[in-house]
Amino acid sequence: MAKELERAGFPTATVTSLAAVAVKVGANRIVRGNRFSHPFGRPELPPAEERAWRVELVRTALRALRTPVEGPTVFEPPAP
Amino acid sequence: MPAAPWRLIIEMRIVHYLNQFFAGIGGEDRAETPPDARAGAVGPGLALQQLLAGEAEIAGTVWCGDGLVADGPDDVLNAIINAVESFAPDVVVAGPAFGAGRYGLACARVCAAVTRRLGIPALAAMAPDNAAVELHRHEVLIVPTAATAIGMKDALAAMARLAPRLGRGEALGPAAVEGYLPRGRRMNARAAAPASERALQLLLARLDGRPFASEVELPRYERIPPPPPVTDPARMRLALVTECGLVPRGNPDRLEWVRASKWLTYPIDGKQTLAPGDYEVAHGGYDAAFAAEDPDRLVPLDAVRELVRRGEIGDVLDAYYVTCGNHGILGQMATHAREIAADLRRQHVDSVLLVAT
Repeated sequence: MAKELERAGFPTATVTSLAAVAVKVGANRIVRGNRFSHPFGRPELPPAEERAWRVELVRTALRALRTPVEGPTVFEPPAP
Repeated sequence: MPAAPWRLIIEMRIVHYLNQFFAGIGGEDRAETPPDARAGAVGPGLALQQLLAGEAEIAGTVWCGDGLVADGPDDVLNAIINAVESFAPDVVVAGPAFGAGRYGLACARVCAAVTRRLGIPALAAMAPDNAAVELHRHEVLIVPTAATAIGMKDALAAMARLAPRLGRGEALGPAAVEGYLPRGRRMNARAAAPASERALQLLLARLDGRPFASEVELPRYERIPPPPPVTDPARMRLALVTECGLVPRGNPDRLEWVRASKWLTYPIDGKQTLAPGDYEVAHGGYDAAFAAEDPDRLVPLDAVRELVRRGEIGDVLDAYYVTCGNHGILGQMATHAREIAADLRRQHVDSVLLVAT
């Protein structure tokens, strides 16, 4: 899906726990999410900290969107 | 009077499809040339006929302007198929189209329709990276050619080699052996040695540095040149797209939890967060408990809204897009994404946050 969206001209940040798979299939802007059942979640954290971490993960996606890339590139979020 | 012996041989009949250029009508200025046909060989068909000598006869040539077939109405394709059928062919050949995009598409569409509607085998010829290959190689037999007409001689030779065999109804062997582009089909065949022995032979060849060919080719994924980045996220319109299967409670549009046949869009305007209890997950591939507790763990609306408030994101589209990627069929998922992309364009979206589970 990422590839078709990018083919259509939309810079696309793909957030996934399976970054290696995303690289393999050729998505270009990949952001490492947490777990596959909750890429934007950290249920072990208190709600406020989880939310702050989620904001950072979205910021990482924004960084991916404004970064020129040549091919599949993984963007790592800051450690919680 | 006894019939002359050569009369007893019923020659195989071939119909050749060409575009307006190779039919000698004209170039791009004649790309709207309507479908037409003539008995016998035309243009590159003349050289093809020589290569086929004794085996088959080009009974007729059908052509059409590339502009009409590539994205024209269905009745253009219907007219072409009717013209093909009027020559009662045993096999249909199309091209070679080399690297020409619309011609390649026309050849592939004609071959697919001939096979599907008339039940007649068909063969197209074009460059392996012609866009039509990726779209049609599963349903159309395609022989690879060079990217330009410099490769005409080899292309015609490949067509002349395979077309008579198709016309006789022969089953072709594997793509790598017969020299056509892989259709992604697996066929049963009896091997000379058991799998364990063949695997060891492959391993030994690899260790010795000898050439070897794996029996099961791993899928190769096409690379997409990345579009240029967003210049300023603070001025962009972002869309949220996901294949995680997050749908409103009750799954009102019945998104399938496996092999989804559709994509859907649900409003988020006025919402600051995706409230627990309002959503459920239609996805057979993961445990949805964490998402049920807080759907923002899948589609991070709360965080996106916060960044919009802080001025770090310009705007977020007022609906999110969802399908279910569980056991997603690659072609089907790509179609979903293309349709979503068309919708995003209509809504002046600049970039996408795609959540993959």
